[in-house]
Amino acid sequence: MTVSLRTLDDGAWVSLDDERRAGASELWYVAGVCGCPVADLVVEGITDVAVDGRTVAAETYGTCIRCGASVTTGPVPVGRLVGAGFEPLAAGAVRTPGGGGDNRK
Amino acid sequence: MPTDVERWKSETYGNEIREHLLEFAEEGWESIPEDEHDAWFERFKWWGLYHQRNGQESYFMMRIGTPNGVLTPGQLRVVGEIADEYARGPGENPEFGAAYCDWTTRQSIQLHWIRLEDIPDVFEKLEANGLSTQQACGDSWRNIVGCPVAGKDSNEFVDALPVALNLHDTFKGDDDHTNLPRKWKVSVTGCREGCGQGDINDLAFEPAEKDGRKGFNVRVGGGLARNEPRFARDIDVFVEPEDANEVAGGMSALFREHGNREDRYSARIKFLVDEWGTEKVRDVLQEEFVDFELETAAEDLRDEYTYNSGRATGGHHDHVGVHEQNDGNYYVGLNVLVGRMGVDDVLELADLADEYGSGEVRLTQRQNVLVTDVPEGSLDDLLAEPLLEDYSPDPHPFMRGSIACTGTEFCSLSIVETKNRQVRYARWLKENVELPDGVEDFHIHLSGCTASCAQPQIADISLRGMKTRKDGEAVEALDVGLGGGLGEDPRFADWVGQRIPADEVPGAIANLLASFEERREGDESFRDFVERSDEETLEELVEPEETSYEDPYMHNTKLTWYPYAEEDTMDDSPAPARADGTPITSDD
Repeated sequence: MTVSLRTLDDGAWVSLDDERRAGASELWYVAGVCGCPVADLVVEGITDVAVDGRTVAAETYGTCIRCGASVTTGPVPVGRLVGAGFEPLAAGAVRTPGGGGDNRK
Repeated sequence: MPTDVERWKSETYGNEIREHLLEFAEEGWESIPEDEHDAWFERFKWWGLYHQRNGQESYFMMRIGTPNGVLTPGQLRVVGEIADEYARGPGENPEFGAAYCDWTTRQSIQLHWIRLEDIPDVFEKLEANGLSTQQACGDSWRNIVGCPVAGKDSNEFVDALPVALNLHDTFKGDDDHTNLPRKWKVSVTGCREGCGQGDINDLAFEPAEKDGRKGFNVRVGGGLARNEPRFARDIDVFVEPEDANEVAGGMSALFREHGNREDRYSARIKFLVDEWGTEKVRDVLQEEFVDFELETAAEDLRDEYTYNSGRATGGHHDHVGVHEQNDGNYYVGLNVLVGRMGVDDVLELADLADEYGSGEVRLTQRQNVLVTDVPEGSLDDLLAEPLLEDYSPDPHPFMRGSIACTGTEFCSLSIVETKNRQVRYARWLKENVELPDGVEDFHIHLSGCTASCAQPQIADISLRGMKTRKDGEAVEALDVGLGGGLGEDPRFADWVGQRIPADEVPGAIANLLASFEERREGDESFRDFVERSDEETLEELVEPEETSYEDPYMHNTKLTWYPYAEEDTMDDSPAPARADGTPITSDD
């Protein structure tokens, strides 16, 4: 199965098959990107997106609102390809760059 | 590897987009192949159409480029009529109503809720009246900015208006300059105050004189976006007005050939200037792109610059108020809070411009409007018009100094609501906060994200969208910067306050101004005060505080389909919709 995957509008969106699937300016919990156990990351922009297996992951930059660190992340999961569709990661999921996401905070 | 955007542009870009756009409009929104949405929306930008954000699919922001901010007689009414008829959508703004026009920080006009199906009629009406959306967005020559009173300024050094208009006429629609690596923002300034804000443009022509010949020095590589602000750099070139086109075309071609097309985040020419240095930029321009010998830079007027400077010097910081023109008539600069006017007011303003002036109206980079060519004998009657109570030529400094970008109402990148919030800030500050004696210019710029459309880094108080947690809840917040400004020695604001909950920002500003008054030396400006204070002190002076100010937009407005809708969840969104507004469901 081939999917079309890209960032859009100066890093505002992850587009999958020409549909906006994840956006900048949201808060994500991301593990291991600053001094906090889990960063509370305001995603200010999405710089790249790719698929690893079935996981769709985006490289981002932003600010951890817990510690104030400016953060650039590796590929952070935004969702999974499920059959012909896409299942976004839950808003409260903890995401691990290069790994997956789970719903434990 | 070329980016998707570069691939799409190589297939179809520039003028040729138009026929596709009109075909889609004829057949309706659903005729755009679903697997080509991204490509076409990227291309539509070249024709001034920007697909609105999540929850507002099938609706577009439309930008009209007005070179140097000039709306010739009759054009303002046309814009108002188009807004009235076509810029109405499913949402209504509580401050501005159902249809309005935005005057932008680049002297352009933005309308929202535009439907694809209406584009042919809109284009026809615009173009029949000398207006266009061509290259208003996209990777090409954007609207050319300058001093809004070019050609009318009684203190002007060199008339830059013919130069700006000539650049506009030459490079709008020119296939050789259609497809650049990224946006290309040009400023032409002929006045003594620096009103063209060349420092924050990709290419700037600034007034200069050599051997008794008046012309322009050239600077390259300014811009504020992406946490990578740069002031344009002097490339040691002087041009006379008649050579400006060739040099501008040469620089545009240099950018076209040498700019970064592999990474859109590093594509702006400011990064090429970083990499090359100004000497190489000049050398390559001379060797590859200009057919005559470039002259070295001449004596400039930068030590006279006052516009947006934050300095307590003479000269003007904006164009608000009543000012004599070089022909004995007057222009009246009206303050438009956050640059937005409801359509009824726009049409009324068009009538007033006709009745009291020549009908011409001009837009400024501080989101304000000027009525030009008013005879002295008509001034009192114009100033007595009821509309000027809302759009004052003598506003309170907090009203006068407010600028805000589009924000989460429509924009994909913004992190926070901006325009309505800045309106509320300005009103609250006006009612509750005293400015120190003699402070008549105090600029507060609110930008929803790091794209910096509200030019936050060059304000007395810079506000930039962020988030924080308050009582455990995610709320909209702002970073606070201080002491930015242009002028002879431009300076970006120091970001000294981080993630302040939006409802505590007015209190922070009140506390900051009280401290400024307490510590002020003589009649120094706020910028001067910031410059002589260390960062630690400034951080201490930004004391967030809850006050009587109430903020209805603290929740995450980006998660709504429209921040002011009563039923505002994404599931409530009426978009996408057909031409008649009927929502298109996934089952259709």
